[in-house]
Amino acid sequence: MNERNERIHGVACTFRQPAAVFRAAEQVRDAGWTKWDVHTPFPIHGMDQAMGLPRSPVPRLTLLGGVTGFVTGCLLTWYTNAFDYPLVVGGKPFWSVIFPFPVLYECTILFAAFGTFFGQFIFNRLPRHHHPLFDLPQFARVSDDTFMIVLEASDPRFHVDESRNFLQSLGGSEITIVRD
Amino acid sequence: MAHAPDHASERPAILDKVRPAELPRSPLILNHRGFHWITDKVCGIVEEPTPLWWKVTFCVALFIASFTFIGLTYLVSTGTGTWGLRSPVGWGWAIVNFVFWVGIGHAGTLISAILCLLRQKWRTSINRAAEAMTIFAVMCAGLFPLFHVGRVWFGWWLFPIPNQNGIWPQFRSPLEWDVFAVSTYFTVSALFWYMGMIPDLGAIRDRATTWWRKTFYGLLAMGWRNGNRQWSNFEMAYLLLAGLSTPLVLSVHTIVSFDFAVSNVPGWHTTIFPPYFVAGAIFSGFAMVLTLMLPLRAIYRLHDVINQYHIDNMCKIILATGTMVGYAYATEFFIAAYSGNAFEKFAFVNRAFGQYAWAYWIMVSCNVITPQLFWFKKVRENHALVWIICLFVNVGMWFERFVITVTSLANDYLPSSWGYYSPTIVDIFTFFGTFGFFSVLFLLFVRFLPLLPMAEVKMVTPQADPHAH
Repeated sequence: MNERNERIHGVACTFRQPAAVFRAAEQVRDAGWTKWDVHTPFPIHGMDQAMGLPRSPVPRLTLLGGVTGFVTGCLLTWYTNAFDYPLVVGGKPFWSVIFPFPVLYECTILFAAFGTFFGQFIFNRLPRHHHPLFDLPQFARVSDDTFMIVLEASDPRFHVDESRNFLQSLGGSEITIVRD
Repeated sequence: MAHAPDHASERPAILDKVRPAELPRSPLILNHRGFHWITDKVCGIVEEPTPLWWKVTFCVALFIASFTFIGLTYLVSTGTGTWGLRSPVGWGWAIVNFVFWVGIGHAGTLISAILCLLRQKWRTSINRAAEAMTIFAVMCAGLFPLFHVGRVWFGWWLFPIPNQNGIWPQFRSPLEWDVFAVSTYFTVSALFWYMGMIPDLGAIRDRATTWWRKTFYGLLAMGWRNGNRQWSNFEMAYLLLAGLSTPLVLSVHTIVSFDFAVSNVPGWHTTIFPPYFVAGAIFSGFAMVLTLMLPLRAIYRLHDVINQYHIDNMCKIILATGTMVGYAYATEFFIAAYSGNAFEKFAFVNRAFGQYAWAYWIMVSCNVITPQLFWFKKVRENHALVWIICLFVNVGMWFERFVITVTSLANDYLPSSWGYYSPTIVDIFTFFGTFGFFSVLFLLFVRFLPLLPMAEVKMVTPQADPHAH
């Protein structure tokens, strides 16, 4: 990375059609870029493959949450009803996996949902209320009907002029340098 | 199959000439509306100056909600004796209203989760509002058991929090299962609703012109940037939450039905309760979705996004679940007769012909007969009629819970302990007010949050397909 890139976040360009940004994304992927992203108003079907993204890691936290929830439910019902204050109710055992099963089931789902919800935030690095892209006037249209490709300066392939030319060759318009 | 003669596997030549019939799919969005139109339409609802109808309705809703406030204040300051509960009916309107409101919530989760897993694209138009309905309905539902405990300031004893008495909740009780089911349901529905809303909140933020709107929607949008690396995690999380909500929603009304089924009261102690309750919940919930969406569609001119196809589908689900509920009523009678149990037989004859027969026949006519009108296309296309039928379904489903709860308790085993239950004015005030409470919350949602999931609606338009051109 050369010195004048230090204050540059990257280069952005916009597209009007999902098909155009889809083809462009495939070309960026094939050119070997790693630090880049496609911003779209809605998730485009097949874009993960077009960008060469791996499968999302969110399910790992879902599984972790689910297992934690089940174990928490077991420990909670066992500790309260069988260990700390054992009470004979209806001739049922102090603890078994059967009678508190609704509780274990709900705890599993609750914790798995928390794992999923926070997993989405963790892997997306959110919340982050400031980002260089928010300074671009055309970025406001990305949540409406515009599609944007951003090549980031942290990519080893990045060079301001070459990257601009590359985006131009992909058919992008409104090519802009994004300042940090 | 393995021994089939060879000539059977030979393909007749005619098959190569046969083409599958091209059946056009009903368009989800009419008039070829584009992405920008969708953004303008949905954000416009939030951005326009507060309309007069909203102000008037909001005031009326607040006034109605005050009835719940008055009812509960009187209850707390005087005691649960002010409700019509006395032996033998210790569960009256409170549990009826609780099950009624929880049931309504179920359609929201069905639309957001189960229809998502089944790839029903039409769900996107009604998804967000239905989820909001779920959350607000569960809030209304929660009020009743909370205040039914009597000393509401000890409501936290329902949860396993250490207290000065050194005792814990008792997990062998279905009522305690219910605490976990309903609180999990509320939490997961709220997470799912909020997470699905983040991209749309970002869209409103990006259009915001005023300081407070930028701050409010900016904070809620969490800095969402619509990047595909974000969408990838978002979509995975969305799918997983849908997958988690599906068993959740089925379990919640199952556990609500356990409140009844685990006891040994005639008419309650039946294995049919879980599926029967879930079908009824979805039935009443869809009726409520239509009750809310038909006026909103007319007010905000959403005819292109919520079109006849959506309304047809919802009517058909009401028809299907209503018929299932009717089938469950018949099965209950058959099993009661077949069981040879005198108390069980009596419980059902008593429902239909006893002192609460009036309630039973209101229930049957509203739940079983009325939705059968949805077989007719003419009826489904007459939206005023659809709306009225949905009101009947709501009334019928409230009466279903009333019939189940009250008839079984009022006339159980010993005739010497039979009684007749009537609600008091406090019961009526409290329940009536919850409609206002629900409407206040729903109106705030309509005014300040994206009513339709913009990103999801855009995704199901034909121009969103990157391979279309």
